[in-house]
Amino acid sequence: MNNNNPNNYSNFNATMAIAKASLRSILRSPSAVVFSLLFPLIFIVVFANIGGGGVVVDVGVAKGSDTLNPIYKVLKQSKVIKLITKQSEADMLKNLKKGSIDAEIRIIKNSLNVNPLVPGMPQHPPFTVDVKYSAASMDKGNILKSILNSILFQMNTAGSKMPPPVAELKQETISGREYKYIDFILPGQLGFSLLSTGVFGTAFVFLSLRQTLVIKRFFATPVKKYSIVGGEMIARISFALLGAIFIIMIGHFVFGFTLIHGWITVLNMLVLAIFGLIVFMGFGFTISGLAKNESSIPPLSNIITLPQFLLSGTFFSTSAFPKWLQPISNVLPLTHLNDAMRKVAFEGAGLNEVTHQLLILALWGVGIYAVAIKTFKWEA
Amino acid sequence: MAAQPIITVRNLVKQYDDFTAVKDISFEVYEGEIFGLLGPNGAGKTTTLEIIETLRDKTSGEVWVDGFSIDKDADDIKQRIGVQLQAAGYYPNLNLSELITLFSGLYGVKVNAMDMLAKVALTDKAKAKYKDLSGGQKQRFSIATTLINNPRVIFLDEPTTGLDPQARRNLWDLIREIRKQGTTVVITTHYMDEAEVLCDRVAFVDAGHVIGIDTPDNFIDKLVASGFERKKEVKQANLEDVFINLTGKEWREA
Repeated sequence: MNNNNPNNYSNFNATMAIAKASLRSILRSPSAVVFSLLFPLIFIVVFANIGGGGVVVDVGVAKGSDTLNPIYKVLKQSKVIKLITKQSEADMLKNLKKGSIDAEIRIIKNSLNVNPLVPGMPQHPPFTVDVKYSAASMDKGNILKSILNSILFQMNTAGSKMPPPVAELKQETISGREYKYIDFILPGQLGFSLLSTGVFGTAFVFLSLRQTLVIKRFFATPVKKYSIVGGEMIARISFALLGAIFIIMIGHFVFGFTLIHGWITVLNMLVLAIFGLIVFMGFGFTISGLAKNESSIPPLSNIITLPQFLLSGTFFSTSAFPKWLQPISNVLPLTHLNDAMRKVAFEGAGLNEVTHQLLILALWGVGIYAVAIKTFKWEA
Repeated sequence: MAAQPIITVRNLVKQYDDFTAVKDISFEVYEGEIFGLLGPNGAGKTTTLEIIETLRDKTSGEVWVDGFSIDKDADDIKQRIGVQLQAAGYYPNLNLSELITLFSGLYGVKVNAMDMLAKVALTDKAKAKYKDLSGGQKQRFSIATTLINNPRVIFLDEPTTGLDPQARRNLWDLIREIRKQGTTVVITTHYMDEAEVLCDRVAFVDAGHVIGIDTPDNFIDKLVASGFERKKEVKQANLEDVFINLTGKEWREA
């Protein structure tokens, strides 16, 4: 049954044997699953929920406030304003001071007594709106202020028989695809998951295979070095793709992540994922060579991953960064992977429309593999 | 039976930056024998083995294994040998049966994992992880991985170091069984009693030189003939015999 004819030896089979073994090993390693699936999912769930409706202004409704008036109805319908009615006066004041309530509102229905000075006109307007803002939350207070101004302006002009105002403001919103926060956060989390799988996973596995002499034992078989590297890369890419599909599916079906062209968009995202992962694995190969032992891998890997976690538009758009920081974030590879992912997923761009991002990633790839070839070690 | 060399080492030298680990070693290993490389730590045994196993470059000299030269035919040699390294680990998170499958892929042969494990009496551990095995089981598993490609020669580097007397005896039986199937065995050990009962021939290596090759019997006879006498009168048994007698031959699995 055994076949010792070296002519029949298949490097492909040897590569796949390593790929299969490595994939099994990754799937059984808790840290790999936690880092590349659980963390991104937690971030997605958290941010998809808090980011869902954008800004929310908490407005306390004072006891005794009239709630059967048109102003109250409009406020109640607003997505931005959350009316809080079930707090006592004392609690509300306390929360207002802390800023956990952004404002307190009291709408009073006025008596319709006739003004003695101007016969025919009521003494007071029908309603008075009393608002207490909180110094602890001025920005949200300002949002409420402008909303109230606009409501009252509309009602005042509609309800009076005054001459038309001097200028009229016409506002229009162009209707378009709703850009949800999930559309922003998911590609970023996917990119970061690829970065950590590529860097940490690759660095750990090659250091440990080298130190435990697994690779040395492999060298006593006819296997080629490129089969070892290739098999490991295939395993990691397969794992990352499974993870990416999982994240995209959860994002799409649970949180309404936008996929413009359906599965073609998914496919494009997966191609980007492979591209990014290969670049990131270059960092992993480099670190596995530089690290003296397992405990020096996390700090080295964090040097690579943390700045990109913060500066590559994983959570916030890079355009929100101060000017001096932008050149730095524009250099990082994850920024460009995230960019490309968002363009493909939300704008429906094809891969040919993200060549700029791919080119920068490719440059990083060439650079980091040139370094990796110098630093990589096969033997302890 | 005419002894046919399966390994020929001629004038082997291994020079590191600042010291010479192997200084002009020559010896032959015959087909079908159990050959022992003996000597103190740092004598050059492991370096010599690793050069023959094509794992390490030599500085000069020539080595042939089963007619193939390590200079030109390293891949042919790798196909024909089985190697057990001192303290080598195995791919993490895989069980024994999966590790055998991995190695059969690396050697490019098809084997049934259970058959291979049966050869070393580990079928009941097929789903266990390597790190969870006892010392003796680990060594037996390592030996199983050396047999996957049905090799002509296997190399065992200190396979019994750290094992209790029962596990050691159990491993000797396994090694004898492998030899009976026609596989040549090259072994290193620090235990002279082990070399005496197991090896057909031994070579003593010290400070990078081979200082003697012969059968254990001949070595002992020559020493006795030279007038050597043990200080203490030889008893009919030693303490290890007492150990085995008291605790039984039955091998304990941890």
